[in-house]
Amino acid sequence: MLNTKTISELSDLLERGECTSVEIVNDVLASIDSRDGVINAYLTLDREAALEQAKSADVARAAGKTGPLLGIPLAVKDLLNVKGQPCTCSSKILEGYISPYDATAIAKLREAGAIFMGRVNMDEFAMGSSTESSAFKKTRNPWNTDHVPGGSSGGSAACVAADEAVAALGSDTGGSIRQPAAFCGCVGLKPTYGMISRYGLTAFASSLDQIGPITKTVKDSAILLEAMAGHDEMDSTSLSLNPMTAVQLMTRNEALTEIPISDPKEYPSDTNKQNGMFSSELIDDHSLKGMKLGLPKEYFVEGMDPEVEQAVRDAVAHCKELGAEIVDVSLPHSKYAIAVYYIIATAEASANLARFDGIRYGLRLDGKDPAELYGKTRAAGFGSEVKRRIILGTYVLSSGYYDAYYLRAQKVRTLIRNDFVEAFKQCDAILAPVTPTPAYKIGEKTNDPLKMYLDDILTTPVNLAGICGLSVPCGFSKAGLPIGLQIIGDSFKEGNILKVGHAYEQTTEWHKQKPEL
Amino acid sequence: MTDATHIDVSYVANLARIDLTEEETKLFQGQLDQILEYVEQLGELDVSNVAPTAHAMPLVNILRTDTPRDSLDNEAVTANAPAARDGQILVPKINEQF
Repeated sequence: MLNTKTISELSDLLERGECTSVEIVNDVLASIDSRDGVINAYLTLDREAALEQAKSADVARAAGKTGPLLGIPLAVKDLLNVKGQPCTCSSKILEGYISPYDATAIAKLREAGAIFMGRVNMDEFAMGSSTESSAFKKTRNPWNTDHVPGGSSGGSAACVAADEAVAALGSDTGGSIRQPAAFCGCVGLKPTYGMISRYGLTAFASSLDQIGPITKTVKDSAILLEAMAGHDEMDSTSLSLNPMTAVQLMTRNEALTEIPISDPKEYPSDTNKQNGMFSSELIDDHSLKGMKLGLPKEYFVEGMDPEVEQAVRDAVAHCKELGAEIVDVSLPHSKYAIAVYYIIATAEASANLARFDGIRYGLRLDGKDPAELYGKTRAAGFGSEVKRRIILGTYVLSSGYYDAYYLRAQKVRTLIRNDFVEAFKQCDAILAPVTPTPAYKIGEKTNDPLKMYLDDILTTPVNLAGICGLSVPCGFSKAGLPIGLQIIGDSFKEGNILKVGHAYEQTTEWHKQKPEL
Repeated sequence: MTDATHIDVSYVANLARIDLTEEETKLFQGQLDQILEYVEQLGELDVSNVAPTAHAMPLVNILRTDTPRDSLDNEAVTANAPAARDGQILVPKINEQF
């Protein structure tokens, strides 16, 4: 049952020669075979290639290569390009598309020895909060299969929660990693904008998108972040600072820098160096003494499920017991985040998705001229949610409406960002819920897009401000559905949120719970 | 913000090059009007002295030297094209003169 273990546990077993990568991959495949008929997380599975890569990893290890990701299988959200695998973004318009190249994040993980098992389901082009807008299948929440897994990285969270993967990659534009992680009881990290290259990530909203991990523990998220972070000349928005400088940026306070991001280009061959990523001091010492954690009153919104509020307040009390000082902070423009987000994200999407026109790749419906071809192809290839958002985005950018909608939204975005700048003068990280409710039932919100959008109220501000956020399991509803704690950090302060998340996780039992399947 | 939160869905869909069915047009009309009505709340704020944020990180353009380097080969690129011939992507006629 190696599929139930974490990256760091498996890495130790591999290092000690107590298991092989082939055994891990076989256990993951067996779990997929027995469970995915119900969960529906995977779109496609690359069995033979995965076993081949596992054999290569075992050979490399026998030859002396080491590393925390060597021989570790990962599931990949179907919008990140992996050479030779499909990349449909769960859309009919990209059915049959095979990636001719690796995304930079994938190339880095491949270099570190990770194995790409297969493609997991998502909302079409990452537009949605429940994975129900996928053109291909409905993924189910492993904790209650009548419920949604969240979205848009719903397949990623569901496969990790169901132990159909050791860990998975997702992307977060308005909460698409943190929200499904919370709904499925996983850990999800949305890194600071620019932390990980977006080259090879199919673009939804370029000023908001960020790749990140969905894992079983905070430590596993840190391992994947370290492997993927760094500047890439193929993405001008990726950090142009070298990783050591990023570490310095991550350290508001020297005492809190326990998770250095080592230079990912330099493959660590020294085991001690890798283990140094989580110093033994950090693993053993879960004290939050000296840390100030902010509690924003605006994040305990009206209509919030009382069980979610209670679980998060209990988590805050727990952090206080660990030594943190809790301070009240205010993020007064939070209530405008949804309006700003759905203007900016759809505007950027309308431009980004113009490339899906039936000419260079994917679906094509012929027409007598290009315009007819585009119109017919896009009508047949895109689902409702994508069409709705492209039309909204086109409208807010159109002549006569630009200033009233798009420009105004960008200005309010500044106010939202300034709220965080002020708040982080008073605290090292912010504690909040991830979602106003636990996972809802499949079909419950599909007919009311605005209602579904409003659920993103607690996650979208982080993307608009470009800062980082972590979702960690912090309880269950009476009905047995997971609840997530959101830990928000300032730009490049991943060190702070990972430290708080790790300390909370290691002194609670929530992350050890498994769904009955 | 605007005088009326009403979007001409057919007109905008044409700008976006998406042929909508009558049913879709009607459905989106109601839903998008509702969403636009919701975003009207941004009008409450005085943003006259606020600079817009296009990007969360302050970025400056960086120029690199224009040196040739490897890229995807022709076969890899045209393999995903819906219609290709002789290493080129086929498209419908654009100009009647040719």
